[in-house]
Amino acid sequence: MSFFFEVLISGLLAGVMYSLVALGFVLIYKASGVLNFAQGSMVLFAALTFVSLLEKGWNFWAVLVVTLLAMLVLAIVIERVVLRPLVNQPQITLFMATIGVSFFLEGFAQALWGTEVHGLELGIPDKPFEFMGMMISQFDIVAAGLSGVLVASLALFFSKTRIGRALRAVADDHQAALTVGIPLQTIWVIVWSVAGLVALVAGLLWGSRLGVQFSLTLITLKALPVLILGGFTSVPGAIVGGLIIGGSEKLAEVYVGPYVGGAIEDWFPYMFAMLFLLVRPEGLFGEKRIERV
Amino acid sequence: MFYRECGQFKSGYAADQAIFPILQDKIAMGVLLAVAFIVVPLVATEYWLGSILIPFLILSLAAIGLNILTGYAGQLSLGSAAFMAVGAFAAYNFALRLPMLPLVVDFILAGVVAAAVGILFGLPSLRIKGFYLAVATLAAQFFITWGLTRFGWFSNNSASGVITAPRIMMFGYELTSASSRYLLTLSIVAVFALLAKNMVRSQIGRAWMAIRDMDIAAEVIGIKMLQTKLLAFAVSSFYCGVAGALWAFLYLGTVDAQAFDLNRSFEILFMIIIGGVGSILGSFLGAAFIVLLPIFLNVVAGLFGSSLHADTASHFEVMIFGALIIFFLIVEPHGLARLWQITKEKLRLWPFPH
Repeated sequence: MSFFFEVLISGLLAGVMYSLVALGFVLIYKASGVLNFAQGSMVLFAALTFVSLLEKGWNFWAVLVVTLLAMLVLAIVIERVVLRPLVNQPQITLFMATIGVSFFLEGFAQALWGTEVHGLELGIPDKPFEFMGMMISQFDIVAAGLSGVLVASLALFFSKTRIGRALRAVADDHQAALTVGIPLQTIWVIVWSVAGLVALVAGLLWGSRLGVQFSLTLITLKALPVLILGGFTSVPGAIVGGLIIGGSEKLAEVYVGPYVGGAIEDWFPYMFAMLFLLVRPEGLFGEKRIERV
Repeated sequence: MFYRECGQFKSGYAADQAIFPILQDKIAMGVLLAVAFIVVPLVATEYWLGSILIPFLILSLAAIGLNILTGYAGQLSLGSAAFMAVGAFAAYNFALRLPMLPLVVDFILAGVVAAAVGILFGLPSLRIKGFYLAVATLAAQFFITWGLTRFGWFSNNSASGVITAPRIMMFGYELTSASSRYLLTLSIVAVFALLAKNMVRSQIGRAWMAIRDMDIAAEVIGIKMLQTKLLAFAVSSFYCGVAGALWAFLYLGTVDAQAFDLNRSFEILFMIIIGGVGSILGSFLGAAFIVLLPIFLNVVAGLFGSSLHADTASHFEVMIFGALIIFFLIVEPHGLARLWQITKEKLRLWPFPH
């Protein structure tokens, strides 16, 4: 039984990291209705920039500030060059544009910083410790804690501040938001910057776990089922979805995997999320769609 | 001056419903087909036929398949490559286990198998919509490639999961040269493109478009959601399946499930977006663009890229590819097919604009 819980907890902790990536998607989808496929590339770009500057011998905090500035510049550029000309286009066009952005970013990040795998040491000890007879990684706990803090502050930011309210207004209705004087472009820059910040945190946590390398972009694919399970528009949904996907994925791999030949982690989350959607088509916390002719 | 329909009168419903109502279009299409069937095999080199034209045609077929589903029926799918994989492996197994079947029958059966799988993965579309559906179709993508790699039966227990196409026989002759394979591909693609064109102009196509534009309204006016959506998935997967079979048999010869990964799905999606969503012509234009772009970039890189490191060059290629996609979406969100339409309108007035 303790093995079961050990698997479950390691899955849940991994799930928190998935939800961190999913969070970046949710932020942008909420404010602009864009499914931002470039989130994974933003994770890679942020992490690569951070680690490369760090290896040049810069101070940790200086690197952090510079990377954040880089993400801000990236947000501004994306808004000006990609989003602004594509206002009022169908969602699928914007989605394709973000795939274009992701290609560009992947090429750019690697052309700039090279392709080799960088190790990243954040100073968080990665020693497993024993808790009620289970081995739990200390790093996972810290990562989960960090993610929790980030999510909580984002939730507060969305519900309590002026900008947060403006964001929600934009998400509800672009035109109405413009009518009451909310600057759409500024809002988009803010959202993409915040998504950049989330990407940086995700990149650092994943990077110190897996090494900063190209395969970081693949965690996008793990975030997508989390996203549809939790609902595209819900911050808590991203968290709960991440936990469910993380936990069930690890349990399925350990308990079901051996019977069907293993390596089911790649598709299990998608199947799981799809079956779940058959019951609740808008995800756990997604807004219920009311359709009228 | 030359491209004008005045003086061409229609005296019956058949003439009114023709695919090319204008004489000039008919002539142009005839010339195009003649060039494709007769001139190209004579002129083109082995490299052009085998490495550019054949993949272009096959990917056009897959793009038509996705266009039927996404462009006409409005169901966004990110799993088209998986259905190509189903087609490829199905055709391989039919050829292996039922060797008496003619090749073309193998291809059709492969399409049918892909269609069946497509219906299965299309079922969620009755409940799930939009991006939720798009992500759900990723389940098909990952599950199918996993299954084809994991279970040895599909690849006849080959150790590496690679399938090798048998010798390709048509009417007792073996097709070995690139030009003969090109001609077979071209014939199949031409027939299926014609079928698709007629399908989307018929009642089925109109039902699909009604669902695309607003499914609730379509249901209200009496379009059966279940049949119509699943039919779109079936037809789309059939096309992708045939394309996959052609890819394995006539283009690569040996192929494994990883040749049909997510990137291939995205590639096909790019084709229909750049070519034009909801346009058969657009599928061809988009496929041509996506196939030719890397070659063009390579040539450009070769001109003044010898100083660049190979790695860096490939990164720049990816960057330019991404930037071009964004550029095209901004300049013409309706795709190359729309550009062609604009050109035709301009031509009708030329050279007297008023």
